[in-house]
Amino acid sequence: MKKEYRLEDLDCANCAAKIEDAVKNIEGVKECSVSFITEKMIIEIEEDKEKEIEKQIKKLVKKIEPDTILKAI
Amino acid sequence: MKKRLIKIVISAIIFLIAICIGKFNFINLDENILSIIQIVLYVLSYLIVGFEIVKKAVINIFHGELFDENFLMSIATIGAFAIQEFPEAVAVMLFYQVGEYFQSYAVKKSRKSIASLMDIRPDYANLKVNGNIEKKSPEEVKIGDTIVIKPGEKVPLDGVVIDGNSMLDTSALTGESVPREIKVNDKILSGCINVNGVLEVKVEKEFGESTVSKILDLVENATNKKAKTENFITKFSKYYTPIVVFLALLIAFIPPMVTKTDMLEWVYRALTFLVVSCPCALVISVPLSFFSGIGAASKKGILVKGSNYLELLSKTEIAVFDKTGTLTEGVFEVQKIANEKEITKEELLELAAYCESYSNHPISSSIQKAYGKEIDKNRIEDSKEFSGKGIISKIDNKEIACGNIKLMETIGLKNINQVDEIGTAVYVAIGKQYAGYILISDKIKEDSRKAIQELKKVGIQKTVMLTGDNKDVAEKVNQELKLDEVYSELLPVDKVNKLEELLKNKNEDTKLAFIGDGINDAPVLARADIGIAMGGLGSDAAIEAADIVIMTDEPSKIATAIKISRKTLKIVYQNISFALIVKIGVLILSAFGLASMWAAVFADVGVTVLAVLNSFRALKQN
Repeated sequence: MKKEYRLEDLDCANCAAKIEDAVKNIEGVKECSVSFITEKMIIEIEEDKEKEIEKQIKKLVKKIEPDTILKAI
Repeated sequence: MKKRLIKIVISAIIFLIAICIGKFNFINLDENILSIIQIVLYVLSYLIVGFEIVKKAVINIFHGELFDENFLMSIATIGAFAIQEFPEAVAVMLFYQVGEYFQSYAVKKSRKSIASLMDIRPDYANLKVNGNIEKKSPEEVKIGDTIVIKPGEKVPLDGVVIDGNSMLDTSALTGESVPREIKVNDKILSGCINVNGVLEVKVEKEFGESTVSKILDLVENATNKKAKTENFITKFSKYYTPIVVFLALLIAFIPPMVTKTDMLEWVYRALTFLVVSCPCALVISVPLSFFSGIGAASKKGILVKGSNYLELLSKTEIAVFDKTGTLTEGVFEVQKIANEKEITKEELLELAAYCESYSNHPISSSIQKAYGKEIDKNRIEDSKEFSGKGIISKIDNKEIACGNIKLMETIGLKNINQVDEIGTAVYVAIGKQYAGYILISDKIKEDSRKAIQELKKVGIQKTVMLTGDNKDVAEKVNQELKLDEVYSELLPVDKVNKLEELLKNKNEDTKLAFIGDGINDAPVLARADIGIAMGGLGSDAAIEAADIVIMTDEPSKIATAIKISRKTLKIVYQNISFALIVKIGVLILSAFGLASMWAAVFADVGVTVLAVLNSFRALKQN
């Protein structure tokens, strides 16, 4: 399934790339693309794992860029 | 944002004071006291502007983020303090922050300018309920509801006009500045602006399915489809930072051990390395350029579905066109009525319309359409269709024959000049006397010829036309348009095969674009390197199938799109090479002790700023 998130206050382009890379490595994530410009993350994940994956992504984002807030859209 | 700016300014002022008192020593202080005051001021200035960074660096170390830019900057500046290069330490942090500030300003600005470019999202819909009007959000309106659109308002949902007429400004969708007329029973698309009249519209699609939502979604997600160049840079930067840091370590320790020279000098050089170790300029300017390019294109009514497609488009050297509906209008119309002396044009058309009134052939319907009046069936006594030839009817007691040259020969007219024009000629005879002909054809779009010329001008190597039409028609169309190759009488399957053949025979590095109307050429659109759909406005199929959608009916927009893509890619390459050359240059110079930390700050911040500014140029397209 496809999910979209907004990454509010994503201020550094390098971090966007890092987040993208890290999220790709989460188990159950098939595809991840972060656009620094539109502050948007689009992921393709396995069904039923939505909650678990979202929790992990939140943790990752906080770790890589503490000022950025992840919001589902 | 504002707080950051204030910090930078205060810190800069303190920094300047510290430098000045060192230079001029206004109040004749003792050297030692003076230098202590100076150091205090430097540290103060540093903390104001750099504390955030150091704090983040410390936190990130605990997160295991070692090559994070905050960390690198902290090390470089604290290191500079340690070897007593105070002004450098402060300057590096100060300029780094200035750069960051500018960068986030620039990004915010470009986010905004693209948003305003795509400012077509309607805020509300005037829903009509029992004669009253209620303001609702467009999401709440359902199919079948009636909405009212007042002058100056955006059309919130797709539908059909049931009352009123007006002019419609479609420029936000198509880049076309001339307003379009709209009246009862016309389809109306969301995202347009109603110019003067009040319209009542029956909603046909929910907001999520409406044109405006689709387009916004498409443009917003375009930067998520990344170009190869972009992915390459991301990968490159992943290695760049660790390598530079590693080199810095080598420089700090190896040469002093080998040559037994002053270690401080080498540490200074190593710290200079750290300052240029951030790949920011590259990482930020590449997506920014693509985004600007996509924005510029959408302003011209060209929707690019991803950065990757913009990149592919710039490498296009073969343009393959579908004929009907792309280069031609796709509607069959009476183009010409050639009457003999004994009869007027109107009479000829009237007779032909009556003669063919019982036929449901497309030719007949276009003649009926041109005639445009009701047929009085009492005037027709008899009507007989001759398959593959035409029709002979008896009207007002006269025998009228309408058909091709074979029909004329059947009734004994042998010396008629065959018409040598694009399209199908319907010859008309009245009582075995030749009366003239009516030419019906699919009109070539006004813009098509210019489109092909423009493509050649921008350096497209080969233009090809594919059509299911017969050879004569295809050749005649091409006499006017002058494409390089024409393949006619192709079934839909043949079109795919022909495309495969063209793909196989071309050079690996060059790309092939297929331009169609998205109606029955979806497989070909999908198979080409880049599928471009024409006249996408309102056609879901076209928006779905293509990589690039031209919202208007003008094929000349393809050359515009190619120009935009080339300019964008040029800017991308400029930025990459500029950033790399400066950074590597500074690395080499500082390794030999020829570049100071000041030069390194420029290589880092200055290059980023210049690259960001340069990428804005992609927004401006002529």
